[in-house]
Amino acid sequence: MTILAQRPKSLLDVPMHYCPGCGHGIVHRLMAETFDELDIAQRIIGVAPVGCAVFADSYFACDMVQGAHGRGPAIATGIKRSKPGAIVFSYQGDGDLASIGMAEIVHAAVRSENITVIFINNAIYGMTGGQMAPTTLVGQVATTAPKGRDPKLQGWPINMCEMLAQITGSKYLARVAVDSAQNVMKAKQAIKKAFENQVNGVGFSMVEVISQCPTNWGATPMQALEFVRTKMIPQYPLGVFKDEGAK
Amino acid sequence: MPRIEVDANKCKACYLCVNACPKKCLGKSKTISKKGYFPAEQERPEDCIGCKMCYLVCPDVAITVIK
Repeated sequence: MTILAQRPKSLLDVPMHYCPGCGHGIVHRLMAETFDELDIAQRIIGVAPVGCAVFADSYFACDMVQGAHGRGPAIATGIKRSKPGAIVFSYQGDGDLASIGMAEIVHAAVRSENITVIFINNAIYGMTGGQMAPTTLVGQVATTAPKGRDPKLQGWPINMCEMLAQITGSKYLARVAVDSAQNVMKAKQAIKKAFENQVNGVGFSMVEVISQCPTNWGATPMQALEFVRTKMIPQYPLGVFKDEGAK
Repeated sequence: MPRIEVDANKCKACYLCVNACPKKCLGKSKTISKKGYFPAEQERPEDCIGCKMCYLVCPDVAITVIK
């Protein structure tokens, strides 16, 4: 009897609190597999965000801190500079990274801090109850945009990868999705690359993951996957926007 | 013969695995779990080809694929 696939060692054997069909669990697994494959679990220090993933420290078998809302990249900078041997990641959602944490993420990229940022984009504030986020799509209904997001009133959604690609200090930027087995495998490659870059000292790496939020989208898990494919991916095209580690 | 095991204490019955299985050999359990869900289970183990697609899409990492 051989085991073809099982829970990675760096992911603790406990049930997760995420809603049924949520994409966070898939990303946690991909990160834990990366830690195992690169054999860096003993060197990892993670920064958990404010948001649905606030309890991420309960799931990873590595050292974690939990930061103030949006300040993940600043905390990760401090950890990385004081302990250069550590592998530091910041795990953030779109409400965390793209609104209150905008200054921190931009300046971490400007300084090209040698950290890895995992950015979960589900176009809504999850933990607080489905309010409009900077990444909410035009026309998408949220509790603070009951008639759908109107660009005249609330502006347009922000594409973080394209924006950060303008900055010289950013070295690896990729956008992936976790809606199908094929995209999950591509997401794994991008996440692994982002951590390899840090091990090799390349500089600032960020992976944006288009994730599904069935609860706050008011959809079943299957409908949420369909929303990702038909609405989210046209607004947030997948791909690698910058890869200077390869040169 | 490949087969899968679903941890009923972790499964939250989103059925993404049922949707992803190319051989459609997964289904919904008829027994309720401790958490109050009807977890996914393998209905026809003989059809399983061990492709790991259910494992890849499972958000709760509740699936083990065994050969």
